[in-house]
Amino acid sequence: MNTKYIYTFGLIMTVVVALALAGFRTLTADAAARNEDIFNKREILATVAEPLAEAGMPIGDLTDADVLRIFDEQVEQLVVNSAGEPVTDADFASIDLAKEYKKPEAQRIYPVNIFDLDGDKYYVFSVRGNGLWDAIWGNIALASDLNTVTGASFDHAGETPGLGAEIKDNAGWKSQFEGKKIYDGDQFVSIIVRKGGAVDMEHEVDGLSGATVTGDGVTKMLYNGLKAYQPYIDEQRAGGETTSMNLK
Amino acid sequence: MAESTELKTGVVADPKKPAEKEPLFGKKEKILITDPLLDNNPITIQVLGVCSALAVTSLVYPSLVMAVAVIFVTGMSSFATSLMRNIIPKAVRLIVQLVIIATLVTLVNEALKVLAFPVYKQLSVYIGLIITNCIVMGRLEAFAMANKPWRALLDGIGNGLGYGLILVAVGVVRELFGKGSLFAGSPIAMNIIGPSNDTTQYWINTAADSGFGTYFSWYANNNLMVLPAAAMFVIAVFIWVQRSYNTKLVDAS
Repeated sequence: MNTKYIYTFGLIMTVVVALALAGFRTLTADAAARNEDIFNKREILATVAEPLAEAGMPIGDLTDADVLRIFDEQVEQLVVNSAGEPVTDADFASIDLAKEYKKPEAQRIYPVNIFDLDGDKYYVFSVRGNGLWDAIWGNIALASDLNTVTGASFDHAGETPGLGAEIKDNAGWKSQFEGKKIYDGDQFVSIIVRKGGAVDMEHEVDGLSGATVTGDGVTKMLYNGLKAYQPYIDEQRAGGETTSMNLK
Repeated sequence: MAESTELKTGVVADPKKPAEKEPLFGKKEKILITDPLLDNNPITIQVLGVCSALAVTSLVYPSLVMAVAVIFVTGMSSFATSLMRNIIPKAVRLIVQLVIIATLVTLVNEALKVLAFPVYKQLSVYIGLIITNCIVMGRLEAFAMANKPWRALLDGIGNGLGYGLILVAVGVVRELFGKGSLFAGSPIAMNIIGPSNDTTQYWINTAADSGFGTYFSWYANNNLMVLPAAAMFVIAVFIWVQRSYNTKLVDAS
């Protein structure tokens, strides 16, 4: 077996494999992007699953078309900057929180999904942080008082299945977030994932066995993530008492 | 030439065509499937693929999905490697095998994105693990490089099945005793025990406060079983039991 043969073989194999994979990827890119978009929108709707189910639309029964229709008709997608002001010239779909968090704080922009269910507004905020092995991210929905959590959904890049990955897979764990409050009076406290079990039932949820670091990551992610939205949240909360027009 | 006829019969699988000297699925071929299930199990006997067996078995459903994915990859990569076995330069054969495995795994990954995105999300971590699964490359090197495609395909599938068998068995033990559930998180209504994603009625429910399920409410979940270390001694117990039944396997020294 001479060296030339090895080189030729390697070259042909590499080119064939590269072309095959690249071709396959190009062919399927559109369908994959559409699926991902629907999946992400479902994750956002999952945070308001409770009110949705009460309105007769359990999230498990929604088809892909239903999800897109709800986003067309009932969801307002807003971009806010770190001062809480709406940004009009930003493209909502292209916001990447991982990149935003690397910018200086004043230049960051964040996505807000406002879900309108028969006049009741739910604010869905997106957060991102680090788990044990890799990035984790999620959405958390607040009811119209911008204090009570109606639900949360999380996802991860590489947490251990059955341990850290439970933040995504364990519906029972996620359901603990319902009804928690992110404010204690006027004091922002976020929601804490407590190892060994929640002590303060208003602001804490139980940790996951064997996933302490991921749980701490969720705590940190929620704190930092919601903190970033705080100017917006405060303004909306204040706007509820007077009128938002007066403040401007 | 011999290869092309082998490929044809392998794919068509026509039992009425007695042109071959040996039957398509005879005794020898059957052994290729059944042997890795017990007497030559990749995990308990060959001790390959233990790393992923430790990592993914805390729940049954992911174990099952991982098993199916590995069966596909071992089967197809053995088949592809065997087809190419006479033209692969011996000096770089490991690299070539790795490329074959990685290509297949990437194809599965991309196909899942289009066909079943939620499953792809569920699997994201495991798919990468398949590339590093020692069983796949172990079988390519030990069997597929020296055997014809049809037999290599069977050997790959057999070893995938043997791996999957242990994986699911460990998963059942760990999930049942560690979380008090079975098939939690499964999108199909296979929820047999304990709370999961939906409100399906479970056969047994350690968290139940009424009905038949209350007979099991005395059980407190054992958190040790959830940790990866549990897989280590569960597999060790399997090996122990298997060797005490089949003394042939015990090393004489």
